[in-house]
Amino acid sequence: MSVGVEGRPSDSKVVFYNDPRIRSLFFQLLLLGLIVALFWFAYDNTVSNLRKRNIAQGFAFWDVEAGFDISQTLISYSAASSYGRAFWVGLLNTMLVSLVSIFFATILGVIIGILRLSRNWLVAKLAMVYVEIFRNVPLLLILYFWYRGVLGLLPEPRESIKLPADILLNTRGLLMPKPIFGDAFIYPLIAFVSTVILGAVLFWWARRVQARTGNRPNAGLFSTSMIIGLPLIVFFLSGSPLSFDVPVQGRFNASGGMTLPPEFVSLVIGLTTYTAAFIAENVRAGIVAISKGQTEASQALGLSHGQTIRLVIMPQALRVIVPLLNSEYLSLTKNSSLGVSIGYPDLVNVFTGTVLNQTGQAVEMVSVTMLVYLTLSLLTSAFMNWFNRRVALVER
Amino acid sequence: MKKLIAAALVAAASVGLVSAASAGTLDNVKAKGQLVCGANPGTAGFGVPDQKGNWTGLDVDYCRAIAAAIFNDPTKVKFVPLSSKDRFTALASGEVDVLIRNSTWTMSRETTLGIIWAGVNFYDGQGFMVNKKLNVKSAKELNGASICVQQGTTTELNLADFFRSNKMDYKVVTFGTSEEALKAYDSGRCDSYTTDRSGLAADRLSMAKPDDHIILPEVISKEPLGPVVRQGDDQWLNLVKWVHYALLTTEELGINSKNVDEKVKSEDPEVKRVLGTEGKFGESLGLSNAWVVQIVKGVGNYEELFERNVGPNTPLQLARSSNALWSKGGLQYAPPIR
Ligand SMILES: N[C@@H](CCC(=O)N[C@@H](CS)C(=O)NCC(=O)O)C(=O)O
Repeated sequence: MSVGVEGRPSDSKVVFYNDPRIRSLFFQLLLLGLIVALFWFAYDNTVSNLRKRNIAQGFAFWDVEAGFDISQTLISYSAASSYGRAFWVGLLNTMLVSLVSIFFATILGVIIGILRLSRNWLVAKLAMVYVEIFRNVPLLLILYFWYRGVLGLLPEPRESIKLPADILLNTRGLLMPKPIFGDAFIYPLIAFVSTVILGAVLFWWARRVQARTGNRPNAGLFSTSMIIGLPLIVFFLSGSPLSFDVPVQGRFNASGGMTLPPEFVSLVIGLTTYTAAFIAENVRAGIVAISKGQTEASQALGLSHGQTIRLVIMPQALRVIVPLLNSEYLSLTKNSSLGVSIGYPDLVNVFTGTVLNQTGQAVEMVSVTMLVYLTLSLLTSAFMNWFNRRVALVER
Repeated sequence: MKKLIAAALVAAASVGLVSAASAGTLDNVKAKGQLVCGANPGTAGFGVPDQKGNWTGLDVDYCRAIAAAIFNDPTKVKFVPLSSKDRFTALASGEVDVLIRNSTWTMSRETTLGIIWAGVNFYDGQGFMVNKKLNVKSAKELNGASICVQQGTTTELNLADFFRSNKMDYKVVTFGTSEEALKAYDSGRCDSYTTDRSGLAADRLSMAKPDDHIILPEVISKEPLGPVVRQGDDQWLNLVKWVHYALLTTEELGINSKNVDEKVKSEDPEVKRVLGTEGKFGESLGLSNAWVVQIVKGVGNYEELFERNVGPNTPLQLARSSNALWSKGGLQYAPPIR
């Protein structure tokens, strides 16, 4: 007689439909079947209704010529490109603006979060005012504020602000000289990469020596001068293979060079200032969650205030902060779709906006867009989980 | 369990029924007691609500004409403001009964969106607006310019075509609404703003200093604007189409809101047919035979609508030109009511 999982004797006479495991398996399968059937029903119903109403469906549009232009493209694109290409242009623009904004929002958020706990009353209050303002104003208004209120006040192209190094600033954005790399530029590049590798090896060697003897050879100065010096020498020896395409004033605006468009800048500033307020609160929550005893203990050990934060508080606070950051990053990415209101060509503007309208295939566009945001969210979460596992303290 | 299955079947069947029921738009409208009309959220002369929610405009008056034909009451309309990018989805999904909102009749819209045009109530074309101080006299001088445009429009595509075919360069900045595009242009983000020329005339009025801006002479596209309905309901299509023709025909016959009571007594056979004292033309549309009398009393004829909303004595100051009757050298032409 064998013994069942829960420790009671298994009764071989129990009929299979009374077996709790088989039962639960059955109901789970039933639920799954129902969900699949529901989705199939919804899909089938949509398709047949669309057909009945003479509304186009399917993905045949993907290769059709788009016929419209996009202001900012990371890959080559023109009105003669396909709708599918326009999709990628929009997706890359969404990813670009999200990544850049996440970068700046994290820096700003951490700084403000720490300042909120500052022992200086004024600094702490200012940080609090910042958080309260940006957390409570709708993001759309913040975007309008930066786009129309701040960048919109820049001078017109004819009265551009002239910055050093041939840089121009006007309502059309920040116009900069564009570097043009000659073929021979590969040599200084090779020199640079190899010196960096050499520097890394030196650094590693210095650490080994320190571990063995306790004295650390000073490799830093040598490496730095080598990394800067050698590529420069090679650069001049190979005939300075770098020139600049400088923006020149034309009839409407300067042409040539490269431009940082105000739509991109406003969206980055808007998303950064808005999300930083939330990140600051997360950082504060993470720090406050660490018991005061930790601070007192490290002060008793003679650590300075900065060292206490850096070496004792932060490593523990990160355990609280990182999972919270994840959800801020997800909202930021989704919020970037508000860019359409200030003319930034993100995925929602280009694909769910223009492409949807020119083809009229709302069901396809919206499904694809949802799938994209879901994928971006899962990727972000996966990365943050990995990061969390790396920074989390090993617990006993 | 059997009951549950039966309930599920009924639910499934009703989903099927809903789509079948969308055919009888006229019965639907009569049952609701009002016409739901997709309108422009704010283009002066075509569709715009004032502070108190009173709508005015040529397109808006077309909605009222349909309501007058059905209910003998031009006020039985509910206006739903729709942006360029939402309008066709709203119509196809049944949110509105008819869409009258400066919408251009194109082949792809009619072949892929499940919608159909009932006529052209305004012949237009796309143009460019620029600030006077740029000293631009022709669209051909716009090489290198930045141009603000609203998405979900034919405008976006014509713009790309124009610069491609003239081998000129430009930078486009695309916005979700025309208000946003116009604001960006006004703040100097773009050298030019482009849309239908009637839209330009309207949008110019909403700018801080209308006199600083001019509309360039080039007309770069054909924009036949008109009322749109869903496909698959020919009775409703006919109704909207013939309301439009009734507005034109009454102008042609010199019947207007002031003299219609006189004209009802006319012995002219054509006038009698139009005004329903002879024949059963209204009934064949599912309306009363006095449908045209109701329209003209309710809103006037096409000429009155034009002069009141967009004509030379309105802020828009548009000339009849292409929108004159065919008999006066224009394109507006109605098939005979007989
Ligand atoms: N006729 C064109 C353009 C019509 C259009 O959307 N015009 C704009 C500019 S006048 C408009 O109505 N904007 C009002 C809004 O969406 O707020 C089309 O059908 O695509």
